[in-house]
Amino acid sequence: MSRLSAEALSQPVGDTVRKTTCYMCACRCGINVHIRDGKVRYIEGNRDHPVNRGVLCAKGSAGIMQHYAPARLSAPLLRTGPRGSGEFKTISWDEALALATEWLSEVRRDDPKKLAFFTGRDQSQSLTSFWSQQFGTPNYAAHGGFCSVNMAAAGIMTIGGAFWEFGAPDWDRTKLFVLFGVAEDHDSNPIKMGISKLKKRGARFVSVNPVRTGYSAIADNWIGIRPGTDGLLILAVIHELLKARRIDIDYLVRYTNAAWLVIDAPGTSDHGLFARDESGKAQIFESVTERVVPEGTKGARPALSGRAELADGRSAVPVFQLLADKYLDAQYSPDAVSAETGVDAATIKGLAAEIGRVAFDETIEIFERWTDMHGEEHSSFVGRPVSFHAMRGISAHSNGFQTARALHLLQVLIGAIDCPGGFRFEPPYPKPLAAHPRPHGKAEHFGSNQPLAGPHLGFPLGPEDLLVDDEGNPARLDKAFSWDAPIAAHGLMHMVIANAHAGDPYPIDVLFMYMANMAWNSAMNSAGTIRMLEDKDPETGEYRVPKIIYSDAYASEMVAYADLVLPDTTYLERHDCISLLDRPISEPDSVNDAIRWPVVEPDRDVRGFQSVLLDLGARLRLPGFADSRGQPLYRDYADYIVNHERRPGIGPLAGFRGTDGKRTGRGAANADQLERYIENGSFFSVHIPPQAQFFKHANRAYQDFAVSMGFFDTPQPVTFQLYSEPLQKFRLSAEGLREPVAPEQHRERIRSAFTPLPEWYRPLEEAAVDRDEFPYHAITQRPMAMYHSWGSMNAWLRQIHTRNRLQVPGAICDAHGLETGDWAWVISHHGRIKVEVERTEAVNPLTMWTWNAIGKRKGSWGLDKDAPEAERGFLLNHLIHELLPPKGDGRRWSNSDPVTGQAAWYDLRVRIEKAEPGAHSEPQFGPVGGQNQAAPAELRYGQEWSR
Amino acid sequence: MHPAFSIIIFTTLSGLGYGLAAWLGLGLLDPAQPATKVAHVAALALIAGGLVSSTLHLGNPQRAWRAFSQWRSSWLSREGVLAIVTFMPLTWSAYLAVFESRWDPVIGIIGTALCAVTVFSTSMIYASLKSVDSWHTPWTPASYLGFAAASGLAALAAFGAAGGASPLWPLAGGAAVLVLIAWAIKHGWRKQAVRPPLSTPESATGLGHIGKVRQLEPPHMTDNYLIREMGFRVARKHARKLWLIALVMGCGVPAALLAGLAVFPEPAGVASVLVALMAVLSLMVGMLVERWLFFAEARHAVMNYYR
Amino acid sequence: MTSLPSEPTGKKLGLVIDLDVCVGCHACVVACKEWNTGGYGAALSDQQPYGAEVSGAWLNRVHSYEVTPDRRDGVVIGEAGDARVVHFPKSCLHCDDAPCVTVCPTGASYKREEDGIVLVDEDKCIGCGLCAWSCPYGAREMDLAAGVMKKCTLCVDRIYNETLEEVDRVPSCVRTCPTNARHFGDLADPASEVSRMVAERGGFDLMPEQGTRPVNKYLPPRPRTPLAASMAPAADDTTDATGFFGWVDRMLDRI
Ligand SMILES: Nc1nc2c(c(=O)[nH]1)N[C@H]1C(S)=C(S)[C@@H](COP(=O)(O)OP(=O)(O)OC[C@H]3O[C@@H](n4cnc5c(=O)[nH]c(N)nc54)[C@H](O)[C@@H]3O)O[C@H]1N2
Ligand SMILES: Nc1nc2c(c(=O)[nH]1)N[C@H]1C(S)=C(S)[C@@H](COP(=O)(O)OP(=O)(O)OC[C@H]3O[C@@H](n4cnc5c(=O)[nH]c(N)nc54)[C@H](O)[C@@H]3O)O[C@H]1N2
Ligand code: SF4
Ligand code: SF4
Ligand code: SF4
Ligand code: SF4
Ligand code: SF4
Ligand SMILES: [Mo]
Repeated sequence: MSRLSAEALSQPVGDTVRKTTCYMCACRCGINVHIRDGKVRYIEGNRDHPVNRGVLCAKGSAGIMQHYAPARLSAPLLRTGPRGSGEFKTISWDEALALATEWLSEVRRDDPKKLAFFTGRDQSQSLTSFWSQQFGTPNYAAHGGFCSVNMAAAGIMTIGGAFWEFGAPDWDRTKLFVLFGVAEDHDSNPIKMGISKLKKRGARFVSVNPVRTGYSAIADNWIGIRPGTDGLLILAVIHELLKARRIDIDYLVRYTNAAWLVIDAPGTSDHGLFARDESGKAQIFESVTERVVPEGTKGARPALSGRAELADGRSAVPVFQLLADKYLDAQYSPDAVSAETGVDAATIKGLAAEIGRVAFDETIEIFERWTDMHGEEHSSFVGRPVSFHAMRGISAHSNGFQTARALHLLQVLIGAIDCPGGFRFEPPYPKPLAAHPRPHGKAEHFGSNQPLAGPHLGFPLGPEDLLVDDEGNPARLDKAFSWDAPIAAHGLMHMVIANAHAGDPYPIDVLFMYMANMAWNSAMNSAGTIRMLEDKDPETGEYRVPKIIYSDAYASEMVAYADLVLPDTTYLERHDCISLLDRPISEPDSVNDAIRWPVVEPDRDVRGFQSVLLDLGARLRLPGFADSRGQPLYRDYADYIVNHERRPGIGPLAGFRGTDGKRTGRGAANADQLERYIENGSFFSVHIPPQAQFFKHANRAYQDFAVSMGFFDTPQPVTFQLYSEPLQKFRLSAEGLREPVAPEQHRERIRSAFTPLPEWYRPLEEAAVDRDEFPYHAITQRPMAMYHSWGSMNAWLRQIHTRNRLQVPGAICDAHGLETGDWAWVISHHGRIKVEVERTEAVNPLTMWTWNAIGKRKGSWGLDKDAPEAERGFLLNHLIHELLPPKGDGRRWSNSDPVTGQAAWYDLRVRIEKAEPGAHSEPQFGPVGGQNQAAPAELRYGQEWSR
Repeated sequence: MHPAFSIIIFTTLSGLGYGLAAWLGLGLLDPAQPATKVAHVAALALIAGGLVSSTLHLGNPQRAWRAFSQWRSSWLSREGVLAIVTFMPLTWSAYLAVFESRWDPVIGIIGTALCAVTVFSTSMIYASLKSVDSWHTPWTPASYLGFAAASGLAALAAFGAAGGASPLWPLAGGAAVLVLIAWAIKHGWRKQAVRPPLSTPESATGLGHIGKVRQLEPPHMTDNYLIREMGFRVARKHARKLWLIALVMGCGVPAALLAGLAVFPEPAGVASVLVALMAVLSLMVGMLVERWLFFAEARHAVMNYYR
Repeated sequence: MTSLPSEPTGKKLGLVIDLDVCVGCHACVVACKEWNTGGYGAALSDQQPYGAEVSGAWLNRVHSYEVTPDRRDGVVIGEAGDARVVHFPKSCLHCDDAPCVTVCPTGASYKREEDGIVLVDEDKCIGCGLCAWSCPYGAREMDLAAGVMKKCTLCVDRIYNETLEEVDRVPSCVRTCPTNARHFGDLADPASEVSRMVAERGGFDLMPEQGTRPVNKYLPPRPRTPLAASMAPAADDTTDATGFFGWVDRMLDRI
């Protein structure tokens, strides 16, 4: 008996389908938004989309609740009460923009550096950076400095690309996949699809992570490492591989600087730099003719070992000799590192043996003719099917830069970069270090009412590129590219408020922020940050950070601290551009970009931030935003996406260019471009020709393809840098041997952290505190079903993570008499928090962990004041200080990697004490006022469509 | 299991009502006595009250009539059908007693039998649930029947005392014995209830071959329908105390009172009515506590997936 | 008519869930909610959606378990034998001997003869909750706003939905799962993809002792070999650097 008619079962989902791009996180999957009666009925993955191939994560599927959340802001706001009170009045956009223009034009005229413009996890960095460059302040960056700059910088400096947006494992071919410190990542859906694919093929998956949840839960082998020691583990694997001669010598000679000669002249300013000829080309020792010749000399048989005499009589040693000498040392043997890493030696040896075996005994070959950059022809691509991926578990430590370098070194040594089955670059990467710009922001780079002389961010090639004055003082507010954080390629957003508050290096006037919850979960020392935002100068009675403009879409904690709030739309209501000029979504075999467009109309007085920024740019008459008569160059962001050109023929989108829409990469603007994208599912994808798909760093066909696409104007092959000369230059400065000489107080840090071959050192907080007083590690993990703070306003997602608990290893529970449900004090050198405990065994025995950013402040996010997120949830951030503990000299370094300035979130050391039972976590804060719409007591979403 | 007030009230009150009606159906009291007439009406009222209360927890009580349709498979449906069917002979008997002061043995005994079957179906609603170990046993219908019979006979004794039934001692004595039997059954029930569970977290997840299974994280951090409904937990200490209260109030006190009534020469009418009523009241309190524990202590298999 | 289909159902449509690859991402949970809150039957309501005691009706939930072999040793964590985490999605198993159907007093709960899907006819449901009590798996949840019982429909309004493209006629949770841990098919057909998977991977029933004979099957995590087992003897004499560079030289000659 059937009670359901065929007709009843065949109801159309909605009345229209609109394809756009998800933005519940930065993975940027393609989505089909089914609309019914003007409302969102259903969101599903777009099967044709290169990123997600039809799948969708929990957040993506909860887009409905994100879009209709009562926490959405509904109009521009001007603060009326004190900061943090949440008292605002609604103003018109005209008033808001006029006020912002007034504040900003004053700054631009008087002292442009008094504007600090910092943005969060947005995908418009190519616009925001362009805007701030035209504005002329040196103080611009996005959030990369507190996120994963270690990973990005180490990758770019070593192989010309890195994990995540720069490359991915060859999921279809890899036979051994090793994952370091990843809970979720930006590539969330592709990683899930990839791991599943390789497991189903029977490939092996190893996860190195103190915690065994999520990806680690399904790993064939879990290595529960002690936080901050991956560098040692990796170097021990390298030690084993060298010992077992599982090294791809051919690959090293062809693609790396293994044979480059390093000058051995201790005490001189050239010591440890490459021997170069007059044209600046690095030199090698040709072992047949026994002569020193420039690298790349045709027919040369380069020596990888020995010692060469240079023309000037100095002696030099090939990089590989230094490398082998260093890592073959017994200090890197598995037995030697076992105690520090908490991983037993047999496991490390087994891991190394597996890597060696799979790389060299299970080689794969793709028969495809290709030509390398020397013009040599090859009949196939040879693959070492071992791949790696890593993220913040490595990079969010103060030794993360060197650890990430070590990991890239390992991949290069076995010849597994951009080969079949290995790690593969995603266009527009690889890109050699030299092709990245140098940072701009020195005093001579800016001035009243003029644009900055060049881009803010980039890579210094040596201390001469630092943004410091003659005394060595930082030029930027966040002290990026100063001696504090010389290679801070993404800035140090986590230091902005603290430095602005302290007036160190100088006070600012306007803090302009976008999409970053800096008064809460993205701040270190959140309570302190809140105090800094509330703090007034007793003399003037003015806030120490005088004016704050902030764009958010929801009533976050940060909104309550803004003076002027520019309410953004939701991701379904605006145009966005996922551009190759920005953070690309390419795949290893295709070049991709995408857009968002308003699939539903806003029902509030809100505007897309990018359009607002263009409007502000025009009002400020910034070049590139207004013409000579002050008329806006762009109607709105959609107009900008289509018509802006960075270089002739190169715009934000690569697809459907040229007046006829037939050109790809380069071509004139096409008025129909957005329509064409929408017809195509809101993305554009072009396949890399088969002969160009591997060894892109040295593949002529790929390089030509890259030039044709407009990534570069000339080919930009990459030589992998096993040995990093820029690092050595900083070291020489720290040793006082090379100009500019590092100021005294920075020397020790730089000397120990800037080793040209990757080195491991104890994370700085661990090295600074008493290890017995703070015997444990405390770390956070990304929950897969929640995106930072911005999921708690989502009625569906918040049911999954309504509050967080501290997961404590069984042994620690037993030692402190703790049981699940008990409350405990967790204490760091900086503060203490009271949290609810949950026992776990699947974790490194010295490590406790919790989900990140679940704890909320009362009154925020449109939640009731007694919401569990605020009552019982908590942040570890209160324990993490933006500065390291003071040393004897009273100086305090920022709690960051000394090379890149990456925030060292996971260096945290704690102890734990049982607390009296309670009903809420601590610290608790007074409620911030909500600016959101009234929340309903019951939701029956879709009831009107129920059948 | 969540001890829903409406269900506890329903099962105890209707148990008492059916018990009383069943004894009345045997014609043990003089139908001409006003007290007997009241007893008939009271039995019907208790049954009806219980039934009404049982609809209180329905999500859509307006459709309750649909519950009569599935008597072939569903004990709940059978119970509903039987409740209605049983009403006929009981109302008839009550009519005969109230208006004609007579007892018809055929109708009476049909009523008695139907009362027993109805209480049995009520108990089978629970006993048929394999998902709740402690309920899934013949002891469950036995104890439901036992309590219905005991409380019914105690009430009958009270009405008998009011109606001057003589001799009263067989009623009171019988009730005392039935109270003891009912609690003996309940004791047996409780003993079986502590047997090892049929399902474990290991069998629930199929992961027992790897090791011991323990919840790391619940699927959602706040309670859901399942936890509220099936995850009710009562502290062991608490439960022991309540069991003691149940025993004292439900067994000790009423058995003693009823036995006293039986053993001692019949005192004056009012006194014996009072004693019998006190016995019934105390028994009901004990039974309410017992019924509360019946739910509160029952562990549902689904909890293998939680805590 | 009241009880379970008297004949075995011709088809047994159901899910096969692969515990070897499920990462516990909750994608299937939310996709299920999203599809079903505007589809078959009443919306899946949420009470106090922005309040302290937020809760709602969900048809699919993902649990996380820690599975601990009875052995603990020192600080060094090897890999074999230690506590592991298994993420565990759970929805209605569309049992062959579904007690939820037979206990239902109204006939609202039924198992379809043609494909074995267990459904609730919400127009008949009185919201007595007995079916939820009878289900050992916790696969039924009352919708508090509508007062009717909700459960996994196996997305019956997708799998037979002719307005959808053929490839999309699968349950919402299956279509969305990023790790492809959820498979949909006919478990009565031994040749079907799902049946083959069950046969090859040792698919199992949850709580077989409850006698419900679930149609849905779970695939166990694969057996694992510790890395230490791969420890290989090093190549020939490699301990000293000279031997090593000699080897490097020989390799260079081969290029
Ligand atoms: N669902 C979801 N997705 C997200 C985000 C989100 O909030 N939610 N955030 C996005 C953002 S901004 C980022 S930066 C990425 C980050 O993506 P991930 O890098 O995956 O983020 P984390 O959760 O920080 O993961 C760090 C992992 O490293 C482990 N770990 C900590 N210390 C160490 C260590 O010393 N060694 C090793 N080997 N492991 C360690 C932790 O246990 C954790 O599993 O995710 C992005 N994607
Ligand atoms: N303890 C600890 N702290 C951490 C980390 C950690 O691992 N552990 N991770 C760090 C890392 S890697 C990161 S990236 C940061 C992330 O931290 P944040 O950058 O603060 O990220 P979110 O919490 O997502 O907040 C971003 C803000 O963007 C707003 N928003 C959301 N959608 C829109 C929109 O469409 N338009 C606009 N204008 N605004 C929107 C949200 O409402 C929210 O206020 O946290 C850091 N903090
Ligand atoms: S991973 Fe999820 S939230 Fe992120 S873009 Fe993709 S579907 Fe959206
Ligand atoms: S979507 Fe797939 S991987 Fe995620 S929880 Fe569900 S079954 Fe597991
Ligand atoms: S899983 Fe539960 S609800 Fe589903 S058919 Fe089986 S018993 Fe019924
Ligand atoms: S709740 Fe509805 S479906 Fe369940 S048993 Fe009662 S009437 Fe049947
Ligand atoms: S089959 Fe449909 S209803 Fe069932 S769990 Fe999956 S999505 Fe939910
Ligand atoms: Mo991040």
